[in-house]
Amino acid sequence: MKLELLKVNIKGVKWGGSTEVLKDGTLQVSKEDLLAFVADDDNLKCINADIALPGESIRIVPVKDVIEPRYKIEGGGQVFPGMVNDVESVGEGKTFVLEGVAVVTCGRIVGFQEGIVDMSGKGAEYTPFSKTCNVVLVFEPKDGLEKHDYEKAFRLAGLKAAMYLAKCVYESGGAADKTETYEIAPFAESMKSYAGLPKVAYLYMLQTQGLLHDTYVYGIDAKRILPTILHPNETMDGAVVSGNCVSACDKNSTYVHQNNPVIRSLYERHGKDINFVGVIITNENVTLADKKRSSSFAVKIAGMFGVDGLVISEEGFGNPDADLIMNCRRAEMAGIKTVLITDEYAGRDGASQSLADAATEANAVVTAGNANMTVTIPPQERIIGFTEYVDVIAGGFDGSLKPDGSIEVELQAITGATCELGFNKLGAETW
Amino acid sequence: MTYRIVHYINQFFAGIGGEEKAGVGPESRNGALGPGMAFKAVFGNEAEIVGTVICGDGYFAENMDEAGEKILKMIADFKPDAVIAGPAFNAGRYGTACGAVSEAVLKKLGIPVVTGMYPENPGVDMFRKSVYIVETSDSARGIKDAVPAMSKLIMKMLRGEPIGSPADDGYIQRGVRVNRFHDKIGAARAVDMLVKKLKGEEFKTEYPMPVFDRVPPAEPIKDMKNAVIALVTSGGIVPKGNPDHIEASSASKYGTYSIEGVQSADEVAYATAHGGYDPTYANTDPNRVLPIDVLREMEKEGMFSKLYDYFFTTVGNGTSVASSKKFGSEIGERLKKDGVDAVILTST
Repeated sequence: MKLELLKVNIKGVKWGGSTEVLKDGTLQVSKEDLLAFVADDDNLKCINADIALPGESIRIVPVKDVIEPRYKIEGGGQVFPGMVNDVESVGEGKTFVLEGVAVVTCGRIVGFQEGIVDMSGKGAEYTPFSKTCNVVLVFEPKDGLEKHDYEKAFRLAGLKAAMYLAKCVYESGGAADKTETYEIAPFAESMKSYAGLPKVAYLYMLQTQGLLHDTYVYGIDAKRILPTILHPNETMDGAVVSGNCVSACDKNSTYVHQNNPVIRSLYERHGKDINFVGVIITNENVTLADKKRSSSFAVKIAGMFGVDGLVISEEGFGNPDADLIMNCRRAEMAGIKTVLITDEYAGRDGASQSLADAATEANAVVTAGNANMTVTIPPQERIIGFTEYVDVIAGGFDGSLKPDGSIEVELQAITGATCELGFNKLGAETW
Repeated sequence: MTYRIVHYINQFFAGIGGEEKAGVGPESRNGALGPGMAFKAVFGNEAEIVGTVICGDGYFAENMDEAGEKILKMIADFKPDAVIAGPAFNAGRYGTACGAVSEAVLKKLGIPVVTGMYPENPGVDMFRKSVYIVETSDSARGIKDAVPAMSKLIMKMLRGEPIGSPADDGYIQRGVRVNRFHDKIGAARAVDMLVKKLKGEEFKTEYPMPVFDRVPPAEPIKDMKNAVIALVTSGGIVPKGNPDHIEASSASKYGTYSIEGVQSADEVAYATAHGGYDPTYANTDPNRVLPIDVLREMEKEGMFSKLYDYFFTTVGNGTSVASSKKFGSEIGERLKKDGVDAVILTST
């Protein structure tokens, strides 16, 4: 399966009469057309749109999802299959990508949740989305809209907007600045390739604990899947999308699923140090029976591949730590060497144990940092969204929001700060 | 200004004598003495050893509380800005004394303190979490390296400069996790690590797994009919409005609320403060997490004698083990004191 990503390097975003890329690399967006395209009169009272650029003194809160604009121009299916497009398999052909841009969805709080994205200052150092030019959609749900329906409405609107932007640019004649090619041969061939190199797969754990803790695969709530196989390229076309953002530091937004850095890193070493044979997705359900079923099933698939090694990435913390350790132990006991990616909840002082579970087999762990660490993020001149929720979002505490507009919060409130796909450079060590 | 420093040493380094003199009690002398002379040379004009407090290792070990108090008072009488203790190298009792004195200085006087030990000194395991212990060699021959390292660290503290990593500042790991930015992203580090692991090359985990302590479950209740049962939850059920502002994640406190006369944790009066699970179902019927309704029925049926008048609640989401341990022991004490026989712990 071969996928080419045709990437346009976007340098800025501004409103204008039509949606296209200008000569200087600025994405011009017709706000009116965009809002008309994503309108959802059944569920949402209104949607507004705003722009937030790197370095601007802007805070976006509460952030729900971040999505990269992509649009398929060749090959089967369309981006975000089963969500905003027909359920056709993706991952082959050509996909048009607006690199450097993100659609950020923001709206009144659903639970105790959702993250903060600051475009400047200390907070900007921790979120990857301070480096993207952001088109922000701000939602107001209709009165009395049930929470699950509200969550679904803004999730779909964000995906639609992302696809729409890429589609408009492509159709208005936008040209790619570079092309990246990703290809892995069918099993019969790939299993025989690169004799002497160890076979490696990626065990991709998806958060599936309920409202604002869900992930969707081809439109299916991943709670209901048995672990299965994906071609790595499918993720690049949005086969996996986020439905979660609680404790936003380590929940995978759709953007990081589309740009999964584990998949990119495995591709980089493919044919050189390893033979990357595929991706196994699994879930993180809350009951022990579910955990055992998924863990046993996922490791069985790895065994059927005959892999020598697995990278296992977690999503979330606490309860999913049990899934992570279970996956690790089963794989190691089956003779498969593992490396885990997690983050830590070692307390604000860093003195507590970091994970809710542990095993001696887990001897190779990469950490994305201690999410309990507090940071004070300075006030921003402009707020997009609703700042009054800062005291109650996960990672905030009574008095988090200071009178001057600065916020003292744990890193866990900052969107993507300790992403367990290993998206960032942040880590932790013992002092 | 010149900082005032007090130095704590044992009878051997004070020149009083070896093991035969280990029983001497605490005493205080003006100025520097023994290894203090080496510190004095390094400090120059910036700091001065204003006094030395001495205690025999044997005496300290046998009279820890009393000796500790006396020593602390002697130290405080010099009105110091900081304290250095030892270095104790690999001397076990001396290391323990240095650690205990340092910890007391930190807790009771609240001024900077540094000690020094060989990593295998038993004082290290006892005190490395609370005190900065500079790594030294196993014998007094290492004094020439220990003194500059300890001096550098205490001066950093006195000047209010941030303390660096164990490698940078020469102290023994305190077991504290500290964030830092790497050159490479996490995913690239993970794949590097896997390639090394597969090749059988040496690799270094970024998070060495801890060994968990296991708590054996209590004996089952023999006389259920006469038992008092309490409800404790980490599922975050609180009186509506969350009066004590228990955090949605990483809770810093727990709440204690009366349920005297309450027949059901209904949705009018209760809701969850927990940010780690779908709250819809808990908020629709909080009894799902805090089953007061069922327990009241059982109480009426006489299955047990009484439902305890209060419930304790916190949020388990992202809450550190240290906080949980603290909440747990406080709640446990209270339940024991109030004659509760058994607890139903609910999570989410």
